[in-house]
Amino acid sequence: MQYYRAHVLICGGTGCTSGKSLEIKAELEKQLVTYGIENEVKVVMTGCFGLCEAGPIMVVYPEGTFYAHVQVKDVKKIVEEHLFKGRIVKEKLYYEALDEDKVISVNEVEFYAKQKRIALSNCGVIDPENIDEYLAKDGYQALIKVLTDMKPREVIEEIKKSGLRGRGGAGFPTGLKWEFASNYEDDMKYVCCNADEGDPGAFMDRSILEGTPHSVIEAMTIAGYATGSKKGYIYIRAEYPIAVKRLEIAIKQAKDYGLLGNNILDTKFSFDIEIRLGAGAFVCGEETALIESIEGKRGMPRTKPPFPAEKGIWGKPTLINNVETFANIPAIILKGGEWFGSIGTEKSKGTKVFALGGKIKNTGLVEIPMGTTLREVIYGIGGGIPDNKKFKAVQTGGPSGGCLTAEHLDTPIDYDNLVSIGSMMGSGGMIVMDEDTCMVDIARFFLDFTCEESCGKCTPCREGTKRLKEILDKIVAGNGTIEDLDRLENLAGYIKDNALCNLGQTAPNPVISTLKFFRDEYMAHVVDKKCPTSVCKDLLQYTITDKCIGCGSCAKVCPQGCIEPLGKEINSKTKRRQYVIDQNKCIKCGACLEACPPKVKAIIRK
Amino acid sequence: MKKSVEELMKIRQETLKKMELRENDAHCRIVVGMGTCGISAGARPCLTAIVDEVNKRGLSNVQIVQTGCVGMCRLEPMFDVIIGDKKYTYVDMTPEKSRQVVVEHIVNNRVIHEYTIGEEEKE
Repeated sequence: MQYYRAHVLICGGTGCTSGKSLEIKAELEKQLVTYGIENEVKVVMTGCFGLCEAGPIMVVYPEGTFYAHVQVKDVKKIVEEHLFKGRIVKEKLYYEALDEDKVISVNEVEFYAKQKRIALSNCGVIDPENIDEYLAKDGYQALIKVLTDMKPREVIEEIKKSGLRGRGGAGFPTGLKWEFASNYEDDMKYVCCNADEGDPGAFMDRSILEGTPHSVIEAMTIAGYATGSKKGYIYIRAEYPIAVKRLEIAIKQAKDYGLLGNNILDTKFSFDIEIRLGAGAFVCGEETALIESIEGKRGMPRTKPPFPAEKGIWGKPTLINNVETFANIPAIILKGGEWFGSIGTEKSKGTKVFALGGKIKNTGLVEIPMGTTLREVIYGIGGGIPDNKKFKAVQTGGPSGGCLTAEHLDTPIDYDNLVSIGSMMGSGGMIVMDEDTCMVDIARFFLDFTCEESCGKCTPCREGTKRLKEILDKIVAGNGTIEDLDRLENLAGYIKDNALCNLGQTAPNPVISTLKFFRDEYMAHVVDKKCPTSVCKDLLQYTITDKCIGCGSCAKVCPQGCIEPLGKEINSKTKRRQYVIDQNKCIKCGACLEACPPKVKAIIRK
Repeated sequence: MKKSVEELMKIRQETLKKMELRENDAHCRIVVGMGTCGISAGARPCLTAIVDEVNKRGLSNVQIVQTGCVGMCRLEPMFDVIIGDKKYTYVDMTPEKSRQVVVEHIVNNRVIHEYTIGEEEKE
């Protein structure tokens, strides 16, 4: 066995890869050879570390040194100073990893110390393309336990005991789902993993698949055993190439080791997994539309009931769970349902992964126990809002969720609490907005998304979302009336009650919640024809005041050429005149405002 | 190749050894002084020898880390062996002596007192 005195872990998640972590790895290997220490230092490419804000990330063990924003040009220095001479390169450390002069290891950094990782436990720790490292981290132990000394019933009982609920959004109890699927008798049954993650700004499932693909494969195999199925599908979007590649590698490795295929571990149980690529339609994350898509048809939801547990893929009983739900299964089997049930709140057990995004310092992935407050997530782990801006709202659940305000910050996060205050857990996107965000514009943004993604099968969603968006467009353009607000409310309620699937039923949520909590902003748009945050361009006007010194800086930068010295003469010798904006030509880009010298500040935005 | 449960357990144990470095609690830490003084006195070949010896003997749960100058430059190359709360500082090392320390101290658990820094370090 080769002994390495240091392990260098480089993040190979999508975020860091786009920050050139592959080139960093190549450069690192080159430099190690240059210094002749390639046999002493091991380079490992891992899955997402979660703190995408600090990417590309590099962690050096045994010290646990946490390097952030590593660039290809920094590699030589890290190799020479740290790996060769043993001196930590302090200027490349993550800012929190340096407490005055003391270097803190990655696990003690506040961002990680405050989390509890179950589904993400292997992300950023193991090499996802190496099944042996997964085995070392108790991988496939749960499968061995299930196949050697548990009956399918007992597996389901254990899951039920854990209180695990579906992590895809609706929060249906997973154990019950498994029980339903196992109760239907048929010659063929299927297990399906829903990896069609589509919410803007959400990347939990992608990171799990990139960081620990074997967890999902193991869990699906366990589900196959528990429900009496021998075939599994993973439905994943083709836009996740790294996740797809790692899944393919993982499936091949599992087959090689006999952990997938016929007679797994010499038992009578056989199970196989196939990957199906989706083309990226949001609606295919809805389970019945996903099933249609797997069958090769157009991705449109079916009427429920019958539920997939009774008639799913090819009309056969199908168990369908989300990636994160599956990722929790091996730990539940190994440590027991009671252990899992001891984490979280009364009705929501375990942990939940959130993708933090928007106006927040630590953009990235966090896994927290259910019942943690929004404040803790946003201000504690998330590090608060940049530039000392004021918190305005947080959107949970993506386009299907709602916006929550400052008064909800102390609400413990769980399925029922979020629903009771007008949002939902969703798959776990969490977008933070600061005082500069216009809530009407946000509602319109999400509506724009659902409108595009509506499959068109049912009228409330197809037509309703379009009309909702039209009204919002009208308000944003400054042509709205007070009656429009009532129309919005009525229509939103109608769509919610009548759409066929969850996409349609939840599509009006952003409108409903913003209308409820930020009605004053809507009023400002329709009554005063003003956008309080100066986001909606049609409601803005730039004017030059009497302070103008006639320097002409604004005219130089105006892309429309609509600023000219036509005002009052201020210097009779040079004939300098004050400048004026031609409002008919102005496109409200704001370039003049930035160009006006800070001492003068002659341009105002209203 | 299809694996039996026993074979899977074996792979698990072996990989676990390889990954131990990423856990924070090692049984034994060897801290090699790699200040300018250490390097010029030949700390680098000592470090290579230690890594090589650890490798050859298949030792696990050993962390080899580097540190800067500790202020006694005349005694370089030097390194600490820390097991539990006991720390021994070996001074005036050569690659040969370093190998001996790995074998005697870490494998056989016998401190080579004649190489350590002085009387006060003795048990």
